Amino acid sequence: MSDKITIEIDGRSCEAAAGEMIIAVADREGIPIPRFCYHPKLSVAANCRMCLVEAEQNGRPFPKPVPACATPVGTGLKVWTRSAKALDAQRSTMEFLLINHPLDCPICDQGGECELQDVAVGYGGDVSRYSEAKRVVVDEDLGALIATCMTRCIHCTRCVRFIAEIAGTRELGATGRSDHMRIGTFVATGIAHELSGNIIDLCPVGALTAKPSQFKARAWELTAHDSIAPHDAVGAKIQLHVRRGQVIRVHPRCDEAINENWLADRERFSYEGLTSVARLTHPRLKRDGVWHDVSWDVALQQVAAVFNTVPGDDLGVLLSPQSTLEELYLAQRLFRAHGCPNIDSRLRQQDFRGDAVDVVPWLGLPIADLEQQTAVLVIGSDLRQEQPLLAHRLRKAALHGATIALVNPYQVNLTHPNHQFVAAPQQLLTELAAIAAALGGRGAGEIANLIAQATPTDAHQTVANALKTAGESQHGRILLGALAAADPNYVAFKALAYLIAEVSGCGVGYLPPAANSVGVYFAGALPHVTAGNQPAATVGLNTAAMLSNPRRAYFLWGFEPDNDLIDPTAARKALNAAEFVVIGTAFTSPALEAVADVLLPIAAYAETAGTLVNAAGTWQRFQGAVAPPGEARPGWKVLRVLGNAFNCDGFNYQSAKDVHDELLTNCGECELTTAPQGEYSPLVTRPDPIELTRIGAVPIYAVDSLVRHADSLQQTPLAIPFQAGLHPDEARRRGLNTGDQVRIQQGDAVMTTTVVIDTTVAIGTIRIPAGIIDSEQLGAQIGAVSFSRV
Amino acid sequence: MSFRTAPPAQLYTGDKQALFTAELRTAIENEIAKYPAERKQSAVMASLTLVQDANGGCLTIALMDQVAAYLDMPPIAVYEVASFYGMYDLEPVGRHKVCVCNSISCLLNGSDELLTHIEHKYGVAAGGTTSDGKVTFKEFECLGACKDAPVVLIDKTYHERLTPAALDQLIDELD
Amino acid sequence: MVDNQNTVCFRTMHLNETVRHSLAAYRSLGGYQQWERILTERLEPEGIIEELKLSVLRGRGGAGFPTGLKWSFMPRKAPGQKYIVCNSDEGEPGTCKDRDILRYNPHQLIEGMAIAGYCIGATVGYNYIRGEFYEPIAHFEAAIQEAYAAGFIGKNILGSGIDFDLYVHRGAGAYVCGEETALLESIEGKKGQPRYKPPFPAQSGLFGRPTTINNTETLASVPVILERGGQWFLDQGRPNNGGLKLFSVTGHVNQPGNFEVPLGTPFRELLALAGGVKDGRQLKAVIPGGSSVPVLPGEIMLQLDMDYDSLAKAGTMLGSGAVIVIAEGTCMVKVLANLAHFYAHESCGQCTPCREGTGWLARVLHRILHGHGQMSDLALLDSVAGRIGGRTICALGDAAAMPVQSFLKHYRHEFEHLIKHGRPLDAAA
Ligand SMILES: Cc1cc2nc3c(=O)[nH]c(=O)nc-3n(C[C@H](O)[C@H](O)[C@H](O)COP(=O)(O)O)c2cc1C
Ligand code: SF4
Ligand code: FES
Repeated sequence: MSDKITIEIDGRSCEAAAGEMIIAVADREGIPIPRFCYHPKLSVAANCRMCLVEAEQNGRPFPKPVPACATPVGTGLKVWTRSAKALDAQRSTMEFLLINHPLDCPICDQGGECELQDVAVGYGGDVSRYSEAKRVVVDEDLGALIATCMTRCIHCTRCVRFIAEIAGTRELGATGRSDHMRIGTFVATGIAHELSGNIIDLCPVGALTAKPSQFKARAWELTAHDSIAPHDAVGAKIQLHVRRGQVIRVHPRCDEAINENWLADRERFSYEGLTSVARLTHPRLKRDGVWHDVSWDVALQQVAAVFNTVPGDDLGVLLSPQSTLEELYLAQRLFRAHGCPNIDSRLRQQDFRGDAVDVVPWLGLPIADLEQQTAVLVIGSDLRQEQPLLAHRLRKAALHGATIALVNPYQVNLTHPNHQFVAAPQQLLTELAAIAAALGGRGAGEIANLIAQATPTDAHQTVANALKTAGESQHGRILLGALAAADPNYVAFKALAYLIAEVSGCGVGYLPPAANSVGVYFAGALPHVTAGNQPAATVGLNTAAMLSNPRRAYFLWGFEPDNDLIDPTAARKALNAAEFVVIGTAFTSPALEAVADVLLPIAAYAETAGTLVNAAGTWQRFQGAVAPPGEARPGWKVLRVLGNAFNCDGFNYQSAKDVHDELLTNCGECELTTAPQGEYSPLVTRPDPIELTRIGAVPIYAVDSLVRHADSLQQTPLAIPFQAGLHPDEARRRGLNTGDQVRIQQGDAVMTTTVVIDTTVAIGTIRIPAGIIDSEQLGAQIGAVSFSRV
Repeated sequence: MSFRTAPPAQLYTGDKQALFTAELRTAIENEIAKYPAERKQSAVMASLTLVQDANGGCLTIALMDQVAAYLDMPPIAVYEVASFYGMYDLEPVGRHKVCVCNSISCLLNGSDELLTHIEHKYGVAAGGTTSDGKVTFKEFECLGACKDAPVVLIDKTYHERLTPAALDQLIDELD
Repeated sequence: MVDNQNTVCFRTMHLNETVRHSLAAYRSLGGYQQWERILTERLEPEGIIEELKLSVLRGRGGAGFPTGLKWSFMPRKAPGQKYIVCNSDEGEPGTCKDRDILRYNPHQLIEGMAIAGYCIGATVGYNYIRGEFYEPIAHFEAAIQEAYAAGFIGKNILGSGIDFDLYVHRGAGAYVCGEETALLESIEGKKGQPRYKPPFPAQSGLFGRPTTINNTETLASVPVILERGGQWFLDQGRPNNGGLKLFSVTGHVNQPGNFEVPLGTPFRELLALAGGVKDGRQLKAVIPGGSSVPVLPGEIMLQLDMDYDSLAKAGTMLGSGAVIVIAEGTCMVKVLANLAHFYAHESCGQCTPCREGTGWLARVLHRILHGHGQMSDLALLDSVAGRIGGRTICALGDAAAMPVQSFLKHYRHEFEHLIKHGRPLDAAA
């Protein structure tokens, strides 16, 4: 705010920036002005006319009441928000809004927390003067997440503006005119956007409500519990609304530094999974191939008894990066104390050659600063699917003119200007080399060869120039995503990323895929890193090694190996070969029962206290809001008791906070850095002549057990089925068409699926999603496959 | 950043030559040429008119989608336009449109008689189409020819100072 | 009687009907000479604008804003594209004058637009013509072709280095698009929903560029003002009410038509020009400026002169100059119900008071008209209208409110009668 001026609102003098709208100043000062269409994050529509106020400038009264949301302040401005004139205007608008409104508050989900209801109490009349027939509007099916009752719509257009301006897809509109104007898609296609649920919050009335929680509770029956969203590393602040021990719905809490006032649908609706019939509610033990419900005592004693007979080095410990910091910390402490260094939580990585020089893979800057970047190169990320809210920040940057470039094995769907380089994974390195070459980078060893052979095109040069300019002003970023992390040549991607960063002056950051992908470093849940991000004295086996050199016993925590490990077939093989497999999990499944010997029911996110470290390195603690089902217990408690059963020292924590505090002391010194501790020296692996490279991105609603069990999310168009996407040229060459059945062979794994022709897929690749039903029959997320027509 | 101040643009990646007939495409291109290159969405109204005329007087969702594709617009932006303006018909229509002005100067000069007459004689109220599919009757708000009231727009021609008998004759002459 | 009738926008009216819209006809009256003079003598835009200010040409679209002043708001010298837009949407009930300018004197409008473009620094103009005007559009487009062919518009006009391109944008049936910012939205390929101001079009108009919007008649008046001088034009009318104005006299008159007469002409004379009240009936009421302005009883109107200030003083407005004459024997409830239906139908739908209020008014009036009214409805109508006026983004809300309030003021007894007795007080015809 450069030119500060002083204006007067209701006799109070207020500081304001010239050009700011009256309502923004009033909001800052806590002076209430009723409004429906205004929203600080959306463009000003000024159409609801609820915020009309009386004003004068330099002694000259404005002839008519002015909308506070659209009237910029200037020197000598005086505003009255509650003068007779202002109130009359506001009351008039209220009356008009109510004449065609059904006033069906008793049966409306919004009842009790409705902006219209609230304002009507303040500004509405007692008796309606309207005795004509009311408008009735036919509802439109907007899909599985959003329930509509369009007769209640007051045409504020917040939803239309959100979808157009924030989501960027222009799916909603206001068709028709006069009082026949209707909000909707016009063709009833539904809304397919990962942020769509936000229009539920934005809708000031009950026209758009949450379908999964429809009619489940009245607003005043709910108690609110603050929490942190559990599926990605934004760590959006949320509020769990609970009734009788059950989460009924999830709302965002506003934090400009983290999620603003938005929430991704994944975080909003995943709570449905909490009450899934697949929840594990009892400790279970397999004896002679038969499962028995047992007491915790029996289960944990059995675990301790068996593990005591297995040398630490013959154990494998795999922990979900979605787990809380407390669980991760206790688990690694427990097993390290037991002499087992084989601990990892990077479940979707196959190339660990960079471990020795890696830094903590964090964003490298505060989340909100993404918006200020002027050039960003994203390597290997399906942005919107992986990181809905970080993608939104980057979109904002793009709309401000930033160059956003992506290097990916398929064309990703974005709603802002962008440059995309799409190629099979091997060629992606060449694309990066071309950008590096355009920047004059040389590199060493194999990277130097790649660069020497690269021929930068105009497109590479454009991106290179943008990065260079951005780098000079410290506003450039290279970001590595989940598709890079899953690549067999991850280390080469990193080498090129740091090289490009060096020659352009940009910083490197990571798009951490899971809620605690950063936290695992603090917790020490890695083979080479112990608590407090300290180098481990004994470096254990990483995920890949633990699966390729099967252990005698495994301890799995918080995930389903068929869906959450990069190579499910290898995982199954290793687990089947093991003598003893313990799985701590909130959900059970035939697949888990097939490989496990003990199943420990643990609490899911809303049911436990814990801490998550977000992409920017911010620690966020939360409390449990509901009790876990049946005998399920918070993970940290289970691990504490197990610690006692293992006779570990110092496992006498009274609360999750004790665990947190101990860890925090360990971490006191550790700062997040961005420069690797040496050179990545990649040896690019080139498997034997391959037919096609499988690209197995994890769809947005398949990232963990909880979302996979959230029914409504699974019914959206974003929940894609198992299928094989082929570029039209690849399909033509093989005489294949959409709908044809093919047999995919990956190593010794074989699976039959359906072909879809897809122009976004790179030549030389076949896009087959990971993490969803049937994908467990295949091998690594990214890897060579061959296939034949059935 | 208001979506209302930005051009309603959304890039179409398909083959535009596969849309419409060559003749229509040329006509649409002539309209596009009137506006700055990055503002071809300005031609949406003219395009809808051209497409509606070529389709026997009405638009369909499929045609609106094609207009959207051709002009690189989000389809909803086209639906908004098509449903806002009174001259687009989104339901099937008869071979001819007979639009009776119902506004003040015409009212003072007997437009309501014309409308009642139509209802009695042709058995359809405004908005309806005769059973033989010959004529769709529409009520129009002021046609801007008030001095010649009552005015009726038949297809593309204004007919002025009409009596019910004169209107009947005009309708008889339609094929 | 008026002796200088039809000397500005209608100056081709006396020419042969089949050719009067042609370039040759227009040239024969001295057409395009002002444009040629400006270009060859390199007249300064400031001077031209001064001449317009002197003429007190006020906007003919309805608001009556002084045109010279409007042009002077344009950042003429600022870099980048600027636009001149002509408003030929002509949708205000009662108004049918621009149609005849387009049909009978299109070249004068083209010349006016070219001059306006020159003055405000615009090299591109659009004429927004309502879609129903098939014939006027054809005439105007033919005139554009002629003007291009003759080199009066296009690139490097008459070797001056000045460019001016002119296009027609066809409407498609929406009264609100006559509102200048709705019109801009419409040209941009969107629904015609008025924009909130500020920013004003002179700062950010068409395609976000500085833009001036004028009515057809306003722009078509410019060449004659420059030819005969601002002072001449002013002298034709009255102080602060310069020039001649087109009046569309319609409704219950014997010879409805457009009459271009000096501002200040007594209503009586105008009525006489239109052949007097139809069939010798008594004059009952007049809506003097298009359906949006307050109605006045005939006896008051007969005392008034037709200019902006006189009508404003009498509590109504000159508006677009559409004089709607209503004779005895007309049910005023029916008339108002018709007007209310119009505004409800034409509301763009964005502002709450207009979207909801116009429909409310129309439904109540419809009910009263069909014998289901109550006395309390009258206070309700008055109050609802009062709650719309002045509270919306554009003036359509006011346009819907003013008739209601004025009808109730002057013809309350007719409403009361209908409510009480279930039939109109005055409905011979
Ligand atoms: C609802 C509404 C409808 C209007 N319709 C017209 C119209 O049809 N033609 C017109 O010239 N002006 C119309 N106007 C006035 C225009 O907004 C604008 O004031 C005018 O075009 C400016 O030109 P002028 O200064 O030359 O009069 C309308 C205004 C409103 C509020
Ligand atoms: S549905 Fe809700 S958010 Fe959308 S316009 Fe209507 S009231 Fe506003
Ligand atoms: S909040 Fe200002 S007009 Fe809606």
